[in-house]
Amino acid sequence: MAKTSISSPKHVEREEFFAPGHRACQGCAEVLAVRLVLKALGKDTIVAMATGCMEIISSPLPITSWRVPWIHNAFENAAAVISGCESGMKALMRKGKIPAKKINFVGMGGDGATADIGMGPLSGALERGHDMIYVCYDNEAYMNTGIQRSSCTPYGASTTTSPAGKKSIGQHTQKKNMVEIAAAHGIPYVATACPSFPFDLMEKVKKASETAGPAYIHILSVCPTGWRINPSEAIKYGRLAVNSCVFPLYEVDHGKYRLTYKPSDKKLIPVSEYLKGQGRFRHLTDSDIETIQAATMKAYERLLRLSEQE
Amino acid sequence: MAKPMEQITWQELETGAVVVEVGNSVQYETGSWRSERPVVDKEKCIKCMFCWLYCPEGCIRQAEEGHFEADLTYCKGCGICAEECPVKCITMVIEEK
Ligand SMILES: Cc1ncc(C[n+]2csc(CCOP(=O)(O)OP(=O)(O)O)c2C)c(N)n1
Ligand code: SF4
Ligand code: SF4
Ligand code: SF4
Ligand SMILES: [Mg+2]
Repeated sequence: MAKTSISSPKHVEREEFFAPGHRACQGCAEVLAVRLVLKALGKDTIVAMATGCMEIISSPLPITSWRVPWIHNAFENAAAVISGCESGMKALMRKGKIPAKKINFVGMGGDGATADIGMGPLSGALERGHDMIYVCYDNEAYMNTGIQRSSCTPYGASTTTSPAGKKSIGQHTQKKNMVEIAAAHGIPYVATACPSFPFDLMEKVKKASETAGPAYIHILSVCPTGWRINPSEAIKYGRLAVNSCVFPLYEVDHGKYRLTYKPSDKKLIPVSEYLKGQGRFRHLTDSDIETIQAATMKAYERLLRLSEQE
Repeated sequence: MAKPMEQITWQELETGAVVVEVGNSVQYETGSWRSERPVVDKEKCIKCMFCWLYCPEGCIRQAEEGHFEADLTYCKGCGICAEECPVKCITMVIEEK
């Protein structure tokens, strides 16, 4: 990034706002993303979270992993609840009932909660212009209920409701582009991130926090259970997704596109390097992989062009 | 810490399922999930903190001797720290009862 203040783990907040003892699977990069997002936000943060893995693993009553105020809401309404919190707290501050201070109001949900069931409330919250951040943890399926496809499941992935077989490639639709949908609201800040690039992720979360008005951050969150990979490889697969351009790291800052990381010629890899080794893509043929390669580069080149525009 | 989770009855829960004790999941010791344990070669550790940064449990800390190591109360044995350590000074060792 242009002005990077986090470039070593030594610059990262030491305090943990998400306690151990949570019940995420071994090697879950989604819970790692939550941990890093909270480090970037700090303690003056209120979170509203949709049902999904991160809610289930962090809050089996009567225990919680949260060290910031957190509310669990229904599957569809994290954005509605957090926008209500923001409006309510702002009113209390205006009336002098609580001290005025900067608070991060953060809605969080999985890809199912965000791109499918909570899309309407999210769109409403973005359009109303609340001073809030919405974070989508995209593990590319409804993992909590047993790996069902969502509109963010990529083409060719086998899930329990898009199983690959003799007559099916698995998911036969293209991944919904939530990032562009958020950007189309004309909100001040939109970005993609991945915990395999932790400094980039935390920089973006900080930027979202400093931006007045709505911000949307879409985090690719590797799920070893649903992707059928070894838990020890969760960070590696996030890196492969980015270096194969399957998941480009970029931001749209007040309408200006910028790739915050461009894989160098040495780092750039074919999509096959990312797909192979993942159980959910095991069935893909060479020609399927070629199709995915072509679509991936087309989307990446579009981003390159957009980020070169003044 | 307040009462262990299994001793709390439903009558004692706060109205609206509010949990007032922050981060009390620390009482749930996920270390029992582990089948492999990360073992650090203290001499080789360069104290870069990448294991700490990438651990999904947030359970790696600096030992008094200066190197970084897992808190086995919570470590689930995922092996990410061993995979990501730039000097490969962490080995996953099978837990034996
Ligand atoms: C209205 C409603 N429909 C269905 C469910 C069941 N449900 C709970 S979590 C979940 C999947 C969540 O998927 P996602 O948002 O992608 O989060 P993940 O678990 O993958 O992190 C489903 C279907 C529900 N809780 N409420
Ligand atoms: S199913 Fe996937 S996202 Fe959910 S807790 Fe397990 S590894 Fe994490
Ligand atoms: S094995 Fe996994 S859970 Fe244990 S310390 Fe290493 S990264 Fe953390
Ligand atoms: S990643 Fe390896 S070298 Fe770095 S602090 Fe951890 S154990 Fe030490
Ligand atoms: Mg999901």
